[in-house]
Amino acid sequence: MDLLHDLLFDYTLRTVALGTAALGLASGALGAFAVLRRQSLLGDAVSHAALPGIVLAFLLTGSKELIVLVAGAFASGWLGSVFVSQIRARSRVPGDSALGIVLAVFFGFGLVLLTYVQGRPDAAQAGLDRFLFGQAATLVAGDVMVIVILGGVALAALLLFWKEFKLLSFDPEFGASLGFPIGRLDLALTTVLVLAIVIGLQAVGVVLMAALVVAPAAAARQWTDSLGTMVWLSALFGAVSGVLGALWSGGTAGLPTGPAIVLAATGIVTLSLLFAPRRGLVWTTWRRSRQRSRIRADTVLADLYALYRQHGSLDHGHSVAVLDAMSDGPGGAARVLPVLAEEGWARPLPDRSWAITGEGLRRAEDLLARLGRAENE
Amino acid sequence: MSTIELEIQLLAVVVAVACALPGVFLVLRRTALLSDAISHTVLLGIVLAFFAIGDLTSPLLILGAAAMGVVTVALVQVIEGTGLVREDAAIGLVFPALFSIAVILISLYAGDVHLDTDAVLLGELALAPFRRFVVGGRDLGPRGLWTMGGILLLNLLFLFAFFKELKLSTFDPGLAAALGLSPVLLHYAYMAVVSITAVGAFDSVGSILVVAFMIAPPAAAYLLSDRLPVVLLLSALIGAHCAISGYWLARWMDASIAGSMATMAGVDFLLAFLFAPGRGLVAQARRHLRQKTEFAVSMLAIHLLNHEGGPEEERECRVGHLPEHLLWSEEQVQRIVRDAERSDLLEVRSGGTLRLTEIGRERARRAMAI
Repeated sequence: MDLLHDLLFDYTLRTVALGTAALGLASGALGAFAVLRRQSLLGDAVSHAALPGIVLAFLLTGSKELIVLVAGAFASGWLGSVFVSQIRARSRVPGDSALGIVLAVFFGFGLVLLTYVQGRPDAAQAGLDRFLFGQAATLVAGDVMVIVILGGVALAALLLFWKEFKLLSFDPEFGASLGFPIGRLDLALTTVLVLAIVIGLQAVGVVLMAALVVAPAAAARQWTDSLGTMVWLSALFGAVSGVLGALWSGGTAGLPTGPAIVLAATGIVTLSLLFAPRRGLVWTTWRRSRQRSRIRADTVLADLYALYRQHGSLDHGHSVAVLDAMSDGPGGAARVLPVLAEEGWARPLPDRSWAITGEGLRRAEDLLARLGRAENE
Repeated sequence: MSTIELEIQLLAVVVAVACALPGVFLVLRRTALLSDAISHTVLLGIVLAFFAIGDLTSPLLILGAAAMGVVTVALVQVIEGTGLVREDAAIGLVFPALFSIAVILISLYAGDVHLDTDAVLLGELALAPFRRFVVGGRDLGPRGLWTMGGILLLNLLFLFAFFKELKLSTFDPGLAAALGLSPVLLHYAYMAVVSITAVGAFDSVGSILVVAFMIAPPAAAYLLSDRLPVVLLLSALIGAHCAISGYWLARWMDASIAGSMATMAGVDFLLAFLFAPGRGLVAQARRHLRQKTEFAVSMLAIHLLNHEGGPEEERECRVGHLPEHLLWSEEQVQRIVRDAERSDLLEVRSGGTLRLTEIGRERARRAMAI
């Protein structure tokens, strides 16, 4: 409740939360496309590749305004993504290695520039290293404005090219046959993704920004099969992760924002993977075990029916041991028979043997008829 | 060069070679980014093992951290195995989460220990010579050199012992499984080797350089050769080159050593990407140009053969007529005709008439037959 109070009435915290919500929104929405296109780790390469641009922008202008640094980050992040696609297209080096090379080399070069700048006598460079792990607390109102505007531009581009991006993500060959410039659209979508990534770097850091591209989208995917719903959910999850992480880090001394936001997003993913209806692990496990027990019950019912056909009497009981021997594993029948009794398909006789009921007969014949139809088809 | 400088370079070369060897298989098996994941998550292993043991120099720390690398790979596979997310997304979910936990644990509980987040990324290669390995009062050299030397030896042993298996399961996993090799067991053993290497290297050069050393030299070597043993050897050489040239770049710029080495790894890869014989961009462009010219020369020869001896020969086989007929520019025509003349396919008669030689006729017939 304290946090909620702070969020509503503490100016600094409100600014920070607004900023992290906006960047989470943008990276969540664009991340949905990255994940669907199997480019989850492009975000990792791009965010690392942005580092040299940040330092170069500072070196060239001497300014630490977010807009300047973001421009530098955008340029070198974009260049990194172009390198990845060029290496992939023009050499036999696999795509994942291309990502790894760009990620490590650009970042390494960024560190060279960063340490070079830090070695210079003026102290003005202090604070550039907040881009490594992120410090949302350093966001001021002007920075938030930059994030909101650039994030808005990214989302607007997404809405403007919605149909094209959708086609590109699900069936690029079909798109090309319709005459869409698939290559240019691919570049456009990547460019927008780069924009959504670089605005998050100050708050989340280059090392962990990738998670904010992947996690909200992977979580959103579990709840829906529709692209529109997935993008909105992903944006929402991103925004929530941003705010939760910022609040957590703001309330704990020495806790960097980036990891806090990433863990918040990871929490949302974990819940989604476990509990999302239809796809979630808890749901599928439960459904699978129910299916298994239904199949087991049907098998025992079919066995009882077969025995009835041999003996021709509803009052002729059969021992559990016989039913066990007929089905696969031992001990299966004893567990299933009470279930059949509950449904009214079988009944226990006084001598602890079991017989099929009239209703059970109809059910078994129905089952076998359906099975026969399925086989004929 | 002082002993310290020499020791730093020696250590860097050992790290580079130790990383490049297993890196070759990472690149070939398209699991390069597992190195990125592992090099980050071993930090959590180091932190947890440190909390358990309380000693940053214990060799147990390396095992604990390496175990976390294997856990990372297993976790990625479990998540991918649910069918709910794809492999790339699974990697992107697992390693930031584990790395975040490690960073948070460090900043909350280990602020005053020698475990800080900058060192994690950058490594402390410059300080490595100051941590000595002393046995019974005798100084045996930098501790890192012994650790990494041991790990390099382990990698070499693993490589020699399982070369056939690694090769087969990399290039033909189906056949490997059919022959009774267990791809899963080999994969995990191999990932354990990668993890141990990553942990050892991590301590001296930081996580990013581990990724650079594991991927860039093997990828460059892969562009230079088709033979696995050659690729392995070249990777080691390129890695060593990155280490030494990177060190001097760092000295010259007074900048991060690890960063400079990663930069040089990028430079080496770029050189291979551009100039690799037969496969680089330059070779591709030249091949493309040559094919274009050859095609044009064949076209010209066919055109000339077609009109040879015919009534319109005078008109059709003149240089001045070609731009209109073949839709080439004037310069292009000049160039192609010169090319064809130089290869003795035709001769230019006075008045600009072209006449095929016997070789030229042969060329035209062959091109049409195809």
